[in-house]
Amino acid sequence: MSIILDKVSYVYSEGTAYESWALKNVSLKIEDGQFIGIIGHTGSGKSTLIQHLNGLLKASSGGIYFNGRDIYEEDYDLRELRTKVGLVFQYPEHQLFETTIFDDVCFGPMNQGLSKNEAGLRAFEALRSVGLPESLYYQSPFDLSGGQKRRVAIAGVLAMKPEVLILDEPTAGLDPKGRDEILDLVSNMHREREMAVLLVSHSMEDVANYVQRIIVMNDGSVMYDGTPGEVFLHYKELEAVGLAAPQVTYLMHELKEQGLPVDCGVTTVEEARNSILKIFR
Amino acid sequence: MLRDITLGQYYPADSVLHKLDPRVKLMGALVYIVSLFTFRDAVGFAAATVFLICIIRISKVPFSYMVKGLKAIVVLMIITALFNLFLTPGKQVLVTYGILTITMEGVKNAVFMLVRLIYLIVGTSIMTLTTTPNQLTDGLEKALMPLSKIRVPVHSIAMIMSIALRFIPILIEETDIIMKAQMARGADFESGNLIRRVKAMVPLLVPLFVSAFRRADDLAMAMEARCYVGGRGRTKMKPLRYQKEDYQAYLILAGYLGVMIAWRVFGARIWGLKLGA
Repeated sequence: MSIILDKVSYVYSEGTAYESWALKNVSLKIEDGQFIGIIGHTGSGKSTLIQHLNGLLKASSGGIYFNGRDIYEEDYDLRELRTKVGLVFQYPEHQLFETTIFDDVCFGPMNQGLSKNEAGLRAFEALRSVGLPESLYYQSPFDLSGGQKRRVAIAGVLAMKPEVLILDEPTAGLDPKGRDEILDLVSNMHREREMAVLLVSHSMEDVANYVQRIIVMNDGSVMYDGTPGEVFLHYKELEAVGLAAPQVTYLMHELKEQGLPVDCGVTTVEEARNSILKIFR
Repeated sequence: MLRDITLGQYYPADSVLHKLDPRVKLMGALVYIVSLFTFRDAVGFAAATVFLICIIRISKVPFSYMVKGLKAIVVLMIITALFNLFLTPGKQVLVTYGILTITMEGVKNAVFMLVRLIYLIVGTSIMTLTTTPNQLTDGLEKALMPLSKIRVPVHSIAMIMSIALRFIPILIEETDIIMKAQMARGADFESGNLIRRVKAMVPLLVPLFVSAFRRADDLAMAMEARCYVGGRGRTKMKPLRYQKEDYQAYLILAGYLGVMIAWRVFGARIWGLKLGA
């Protein structure tokens, strides 16, 4: 399983006064089972990029290959692609529409053509994996709290059993507790179901603790692509484009300047702690 | 794509028309519409065409933008043309087929009506393309202010209009996002029979209404928080004032309308004299 992007470019409102290039020659390979963070500030092309991965937007030029097949081929079934590449939009709770939570989660599987029983089973499983109390399953989704609504919306995508899960700023507008819960949830999902997960965010802190690989987007192109340790070594360049490395990166660089031989490639508080302790041992 | 809709969409450019007072442009659109219904012959038609072409050139808006607006009324244009073509009685019968007859007058009426409709849409779209919605409602409010003396709630109407206009692009974008989000869950908006398609709209319309109400609520709250109490005692940060160009534009408009009306009243006589001689 892999998604390959070959020199993808996308232009909004081509040929008008509002024409703007959202993506410029983006080439990427997304491997099976990877946990990837996509980072960039507002307007860097992150959201446009992920909408290409399940065929919602068609590239102005370039090609996209899912499992070795060109998704722009005439007879390619885009609806099937969308069930395999699950996309959770920003503020997904705004898409809830059914009378009960359970029915809303069933919407995806039903569109896949599954029987009512099977869809129900999938919905049940998905709702349980996002940790929603069972007593709420038959309530109206509009009565839930913001964080709960978001879980329901994520469950709505999970119920289709995608092979790749993409989340666009899943933590936007949540408090720190809600944020950690969602990120833990996604991380568990990746571990247990062995799905490839793409996490879009503009917060380095969010991403650094969880992902194996970071793709930094700037002005429509890929700026850096590597492990968190590699990417955060460029913290000065990241700052120049309006992003920042996690706070531990700054701390470690500061310590090194003061003469402590610490490892500047660490990205989490835990690793930083070990690195510092090692010196004093 | 939904975002390509040009309903009353502003096209930014640096032209004399863009800088004119919105009241002048409102009046101009009105004058032009009136003038379209004054002409009966080729000379008046030519005058209206020349005037329109000049305005288009001055506006610096690409012609293709104005044509886009025409697509929406193609059906209306066809129906109007057909009715005029077949239902105009006249002396000079060209074709008869069963109960359908086409007369020379019918052909003439159909062509003129079609031209009038096209010019009407293009002419008014120039106004909306060169004026931001906010300017437009400002202009309307100021122009209609005298009516508030007879208790017409001019300010409220203008406020409602500007809020409505302001929300059109937001709701279009919202529709786009919700549509995509549901498509990402396998929704299909394009295939199936009518009933299936209407049913497919539910996952789109429910969230859209919910969000429209939420936005309306938020906006009302935000206005309340800033002590909005309606139009009474309210002043403008940039009040509309006529400049020299605006008076010149009024003069040109008056001249144009005068000529068109004069041709309508006296033109036939001059035309007739020439033919007679």
